[in-house]
Amino acid sequence: MKILPFFVIISLGSAFLISLFGKKIKNFADIVANLGTLSLLILSLYSVRLVAVHRVLVYKVGSWMPPIGICMVLDGLTSFMLVTINLVSFLVTIYSISYMEKYTDKFRFYTLFMLLVAGMNGIIITGDLFNLFVFLEIASIASYALVAFGTEAEELEASFKYAVMGSVASSFILLGIALLYSYTATLNMADISLVLSSKGSVLFISFVAVLFLAGFGLKAALVPFHAWLPDAHPSAPAPISAMLSGVFIKVLGVYALARIFFNILGVSSKMLFILIILGVISMVVGAFLAIAQSDIKRMFAYSSISQIGYIIFALGIGTPLAIFGALFHLFNHAIFKSLLFLNSGAIEYSVHTRDLKKLGGLNSQLPVTGYTSLLGSMSIAGIPPLGGFFSKLIIIIAAVEARYFGFALVAILISILTLAYYLKFQSFAFFGKPNEGKLKIKEVPGLMQFSMLTLAIICVASGLLISPMVKPFLNSARDVLWLGKGYAETVFGAVK
Amino acid sequence: MKGEKEKGMTLIVKTVTRLTVGLILLYGIYIVLHGHLTPGGGFAGGVIIALSFIQLMLAFGKEMALKKLSQLAASVLESLGAIMFLSIAVLGFMGGYFFFNFFLQKGKPFDLFSAGIIPLCNIAISLKVGAGLFAIFVALTLFKESEKE
Amino acid sequence: MIEYILCFALFCIGLYCILRKRNIIKIVVGLGIIEYAVNLFFVLIGYRTHGRAPILAKDQVISNMVDPIPQALVLTSIVIGLGVTALIVAIAIRIYEKYGTFDITKIRRLKG
Repeated sequence: MKILPFFVIISLGSAFLISLFGKKIKNFADIVANLGTLSLLILSLYSVRLVAVHRVLVYKVGSWMPPIGICMVLDGLTSFMLVTINLVSFLVTIYSISYMEKYTDKFRFYTLFMLLVAGMNGIIITGDLFNLFVFLEIASIASYALVAFGTEAEELEASFKYAVMGSVASSFILLGIALLYSYTATLNMADISLVLSSKGSVLFISFVAVLFLAGFGLKAALVPFHAWLPDAHPSAPAPISAMLSGVFIKVLGVYALARIFFNILGVSSKMLFILIILGVISMVVGAFLAIAQSDIKRMFAYSSISQIGYIIFALGIGTPLAIFGALFHLFNHAIFKSLLFLNSGAIEYSVHTRDLKKLGGLNSQLPVTGYTSLLGSMSIAGIPPLGGFFSKLIIIIAAVEARYFGFALVAILISILTLAYYLKFQSFAFFGKPNEGKLKIKEVPGLMQFSMLTLAIICVASGLLISPMVKPFLNSARDVLWLGKGYAETVFGAVK
Repeated sequence: MKGEKEKGMTLIVKTVTRLTVGLILLYGIYIVLHGHLTPGGGFAGGVIIALSFIQLMLAFGKEMALKKLSQLAASVLESLGAIMFLSIAVLGFMGGYFFFNFFLQKGKPFDLFSAGIIPLCNIAISLKVGAGLFAIFVALTLFKESEKE
Repeated sequence: MIEYILCFALFCIGLYCILRKRNIIKIVVGLGIIEYAVNLFFVLIGYRTHGRAPILAKDQVISNMVDPIPQALVLTSIVIGLGVTALIVAIAIRIYEKYGTFDITKIRRLKG
């Protein structure tokens, strides 16, 4: 019942412990970080069961009643995001035991990594708007430092651009919070939506909504604000690229946008149409720019922009089927984009290059990497019966039902384009004859193989999420967003 | 080559620093301890404590300041401050909730020993902020040294 | 009302600095101005008419006080700004070591 603060306690505690003892005791950092993420994964699976029994759980921090005190809220959307994030974090932590051996200062990497995990967990479970801002900043600062971790020239340049743009976005968010506080005199999310329902929306609230869209849109890499992503994600070390592209832009961008627009401010059809337009533009721009790349990780980064466009497009359509499709695609994309970035890390570990023109015929020497990346690429391109096919199908059916025929056609065309550039990646990197100088490449170490195999199995099995046994997992998440401003009554009803 | 380079600043600055650096440290500790009665608290007091060490570094050169508080000690103090803050929060579970006020619940207002866990939190925050700011400063000056090689 | 417009003007000056200046250090200064403007705006929101500082002392009669919540939130925000500034300055120093220049139009190895 009282497990909610432990998500923050375990991750922050392991970060501070690793920074204190990591240098002196050998392997301390590895053990503590892996135990931490494993326990977070077990707690989040338990929280799914808790939500199935009670609908909403509210935890008062320090036993101060909300809206005076900070409260932590556990509902369907929260448990869904918690499972997604902690699953990917645990597998990436196992992967980075062997991958980070070639960097010095491994314990500082783990400190920053656990701070990143703590920030993301904190954003999901909090029920207070300024608390969300503080955890957002913790996660952002950890990610600026992690992108610059290798301290090569290009990584520093990418991290500088990312840090400046991210700070401007955070200032926009803080300005939005200040204006919202001046209108409603409270910071609790449920209380703000109650006050807005009774006081009525004015033009002022549309300005606040635009500020939030700009701020969180930059964190989510929507198209006018996407310029930092193609530089930052390739420059980070491979496990950090997997975390950033897989879960970070979804938690900070998509989850925060969904929570604020659906539950707090309330959506109007104008705002939903803006989300649809931004989503479609992101889809198209991301896919067209991805074809021209020859660096693997840069291609994956543009592909992330395209897939986030799908999710925002589906959220903008607004019908229950569309929201279901958006959340399902969010889960799928976290799994297969992390798998693809871990694969690129494995290629870089063995072959020491990332350029598509220099790779070739790696399937014979790196079988595990090759076949898992084949599964990941087919899933993201939407080939049945893998998971990605079902989520894209649901999004397109929802678009057709809501009579957006033109946008549905664009979504289908971009899906074909996605298949094209992933086939290009597969044929250039893995199939074909190996080059002469590459006959001595060994397969990657066992722990990295374990992470990639697990993610590939989940990739195949995620199509089962629509089966009737497991469907309540996504349905409860969808119901919270569809409830809209009724979120306030459920929270205040569950507080004792 | 100019002979032995004079570290730090001129004689006037060094004399004034010897007189005032202890007072600045004491003033920082006062602001931390009275954080629940007067404006200030953990962060402001921690910055002033760090400033006393930074003044030593500016007036006397880096080696002198590092002799008083080495870089390893600053790292350890910083992590200790953070762990102390988290353990105060976890100890609140004794009263039933995270961050619960378990210490002195029925203190009289305007007293030095009142207000529950707030003074303890202030001390932990000041440790972390003071040591952290000093470590940042030392790390930034480290680059200049390596550039001259 | 005039003070909110002046805060917004300060924000725009900081934004102009980030967008148009070529030296890395001037971009960092522009970022500092933006954070300063947002913090100032947040504190000014809490002003109540004829209010005084929200501190209770032993022998003062309780009268009109300004809102203390924005002051606590701005304290947190200033600390966050300090952390980001320290990180960005450290990255800028390392960039100078690797590239040899502070001019941002010449620090452009990542393209495409």
